Amino acid sequence: MLKVDAINVFYGSVQVLRDVTFDLNPGEILCLLGRNGAGKTTILKSVIGQMKPRTGRISLEDIDLTALPPHEVPKQGIGYVPQGRRLFAELSVEENLQMGLLARRRGGDVRARVLDLFPVLRERLGQRAGTLSGGEQQMLATARALCLEPRILLLDEPTEGLMPIMIAKILEIVGTLREMGVATILVEQRVESALHVADRIAFIENGRVAEVMTPDRLRDDPRLLHQYVGVGVKG
Amino acid sequence: MEGTVTAFVLALTALGLSLVFGVMRIVNVAHGEFFMLGAVLAWGFTALIPELPFWGFMLALLAAPVCVAAIAVIADALVLRRLNYEPEATIVATIGLLYILQQSVLTLYGPNAQPVVAPISFRVVLPWFGYSGYKLVVIGAAALLLIGVWYAITRTKFGLVMRATQFDRETAQAFGVPVKLVYAAVFALGAALAAIAGVLVVPLQQAHYLMGLDPLLLSFIVVIIGGLDSLKGTVVAAFIIGLSDGIISMFFSPTLAKIIATLAVALVLVWRPQGLFGARAR
Repeated sequence: MLKVDAINVFYGSVQVLRDVTFDLNPGEILCLLGRNGAGKTTILKSVIGQMKPRTGRISLEDIDLTALPPHEVPKQGIGYVPQGRRLFAELSVEENLQMGLLARRRGGDVRARVLDLFPVLRERLGQRAGTLSGGEQQMLATARALCLEPRILLLDEPTEGLMPIMIAKILEIVGTLREMGVATILVEQRVESALHVADRIAFIENGRVAEVMTPDRLRDDPRLLHQYVGVGVKG
Repeated sequence: MEGTVTAFVLALTALGLSLVFGVMRIVNVAHGEFFMLGAVLAWGFTALIPELPFWGFMLALLAAPVCVAAIAVIADALVLRRLNYEPEATIVATIGLLYILQQSVLTLYGPNAQPVVAPISFRVVLPWFGYSGYKLVVIGAAALLLIGVWYAITRTKFGLVMRATQFDRETAQAFGVPVKLVYAAVFALGAALAAIAGVLVVPLQQAHYLMGLDPLLLSFIVVIIGGLDSLKGTVVAAFIIGLSDGIISMFFSPTLAKIIATLAVALVLVWRPQGLFGARAR
């Protein structure tokens, strides 16, 4: 469905992604793991159109995403939950959701379905987004992206700074979305979370895709974690 | 009454400046020239049909802001967009725009001030003094426009998109917002508000190619005191500065009024740099 084909991305004169290639199938969860600064977030920004590859191509089915202006990319069905959530903090919960709905001009039924996934937001619709708790903010950021009715969801460290109960909730929703056919690219620092939900894991090292494997293979060979991430896995 | 008129006209002008800064993060030094263009174009449109001053003025009220908005869109496309809306570069660019507009008007329109006949002529006579009824029209029209802008910003989809872009342009773009189009629209809206203020005020003070400087200075004072990204603060500060400017000018001197306003800016910058209603830097 999504094909990232040999993209090279630069910040000014500094190359941050080198020949990055992978694909993503419908309903699949691909987790990107790697050290800080390896290029994981840049991959997501390239897919959503915020970073333009100097060479290479990103396509969604027959659509060349790299040829589209950045604001047209989400309209193809790509939802983005940025690192740190980046809610419109001064806007209300309802207005944040409306921003997601506006992009694809969807009606109230989408909003209702999204609120069914996050019932706590229903009680906070008039509240300023910046006053929500960390977990609620993450829910809102995810709900806002889901209002686009995405075929692909890009999640950048969604469990960062959350309590374990909230992490479980977020991961549960990622699993629910898989059942709904939504493919997800998940950038995650918590290896346990990645192993729990991912169908495939891609290790990113120095701007390259170093290796792609299944969670089972990673469980069988934890040395890979030390090699690419510098940590072990609990349990 | 003088102070109230000044306050409403200033609120309109400064609101345009505040919108442009709030959403685009651009300090538009040419903003006063959009005010001047509104006034000069008003003279031009009313001169087309001098025998029908009311309809000439109505034509000016509709056409002048549209023309000025179109000039703003062209300036955005030719200058600001090419500079990628970099704050420092756009300050220099809008200084250049100020001189281009000012000198173009001087060349085409001349150095003389030109009067524009008020569309409605009546006097409100009170036992102790009287004043031009047109001033009430200015106050009413400006108040309606302020309410309209407030409604557009807080209650419409465009307003929502504009506020989202103001808070985080990159994230707004990730939700399908064409940021450059929004910027062009906001720049045009800011210019149109200044132009409408210019049209409304021209029957009271004549059109002149240098008339944009005072509104620019006062708008900066208002926006700094109110808070750089606060529309509510802009309107409140416009009333404080406008009323005090009118009262001090009337009983003392206009120079003293400007001195006090500038002093107020200095005090705000020292004790509350974010302005009376502005948020601390995000």
